[in-house]
Amino acid sequence: MTSQSTAAQTGGAAGASAAQPSAAAAAPLAEIFEEFRAVPDQQRLKLLLDYANRLPELPEAYRENFHQMDEVLECQTPLFLATEFRDEDRTAEFFFAAPEEVPTTRGFASIIQHGLSGQSYDAILGAPMDIGEQLGMGRVIAPLRLRAVSAMFGRVRRSVEGHIS
Amino acid sequence: MSKDFSQYSNPEALVSTEWVAEHKDDENVVLLESNEDVLLYETGHIPGAHKIDWHTDLNDPVTRDFIDPEQFAAFASKLGITPESTVIFYGDKSNWWAAYALWVFTLFGHKDLRLIDGGRQKWTDEGRELTTDVPTPTPSTYPVPATRNDAEFRAYREDVLGSIGKAPLVDVRSPAEYTGEVTSAPGFEDKEGALRGGHIPTAASVPWARAANEDGTFKSREELEAIYQEEAGVGKADEVIAYCRIGERSSHTWFVLQHLLGYDKARNYDGSWTEWGNAVRLPIVVGEERGEAPAR
Repeated sequence: MTSQSTAAQTGGAAGASAAQPSAAAAAPLAEIFEEFRAVPDQQRLKLLLDYANRLPELPEAYRENFHQMDEVLECQTPLFLATEFRDEDRTAEFFFAAPEEVPTTRGFASIIQHGLSGQSYDAILGAPMDIGEQLGMGRVIAPLRLRAVSAMFGRVRRSVEGHIS
Repeated sequence: MSKDFSQYSNPEALVSTEWVAEHKDDENVVLLESNEDVLLYETGHIPGAHKIDWHTDLNDPVTRDFIDPEQFAAFASKLGITPESTVIFYGDKSNWWAAYALWVFTLFGHKDLRLIDGGRQKWTDEGRELTTDVPTPTPSTYPVPATRNDAEFRAYREDVLGSIGKAPLVDVRSPAEYTGEVTSAPGFEDKEGALRGGHIPTAASVPWARAANEDGTFKSREELEAIYQEEAGVGKADEVIAYCRIGERSSHTWFVLQHLLGYDKARNYDGSWTEWGNAVRLPIVVGEERGEAPAR
């Protein structure tokens, strides 16, 4: 999994407010986990496809960079990731893009987007690393490929860690 | 102008997208889509094609091995395949996973197996029909094959060790994996890795994608001969073994060696680098040189 990270800082860095409680803030992601675990294996794939179809369009401002997305080399899947940090309320917003030919990548990106974008730094860093397992995808997708979603999430985490350190 | 498949050693192993458009509804034709991306089939596929999942359909869930003849027969029956069926594979990534599925079917002795030249990409680039309708196959009774013919088409690590210095080996991974600069494929840094980097002594480096054109179709026989026979030094050898990291990219190269160039005994080492690079006391060469067979 490769991506480009664009750290666009918006809002003033001064006067960072107190961290929000992480349990409450991570609720959207926890709800997605619940949603997946409530259905049988094969329906989880359909649900993942639903999420792939609901990956939001990249905002105008990033569309130009999208074309610089890494090329597909070997088994790399091109993925575009941009992060915007709002230090005044310590939240981060994510923007993903991936080609139509990789719906699995789009699906996982969309889950991270719906589950964590706009959440607090603490909630993002507190989210479980094994998102694929949390979604109950272990039997449906090869474990080796499943780690792609962990790698994607790792990239999200690192962008937040890099920003606050 | 469509490509003349008679240039290849086994012209029957490939079909064109035009052929598929014309024959996909023939009674003895079964279309199977095999992708790396497990959701791609669901977004749209060639009408009538069934999905085959290399992970859940072809592998034993516990042991690192393929399904056995009983499981294969059950799987083929479920899809309505008979021993007389013409089974056509296609998929994403220049047919990587399609070639892998075709190779596994080969182990069970199914006779008529073919790849769509150019795979899924060519079909979609030509604007041909796709559907999200999933066909309901009429189950057949596929007789259980007497054996899984590993000896002829599949190499185990002992075979590879015994072949060093005797039969040519082709390493189809990326150059950085071959030299040992990285221990996993680019983009796969945290998975499918190995403890040691490098390549099997004497192996020639021919990244798998060199066999394919930009549009995913296979290169001409002349071009393939220049790459494998001459540059890689496989020459007119009786035996040749291809390997990669887990055996999927090398299935693509195996298809080239077996069907397009016609080597008598072409085998795929599916243990590949995730076995070799993690095994104790197996010889490894680091760097661009192919290296010598170790003294025994």
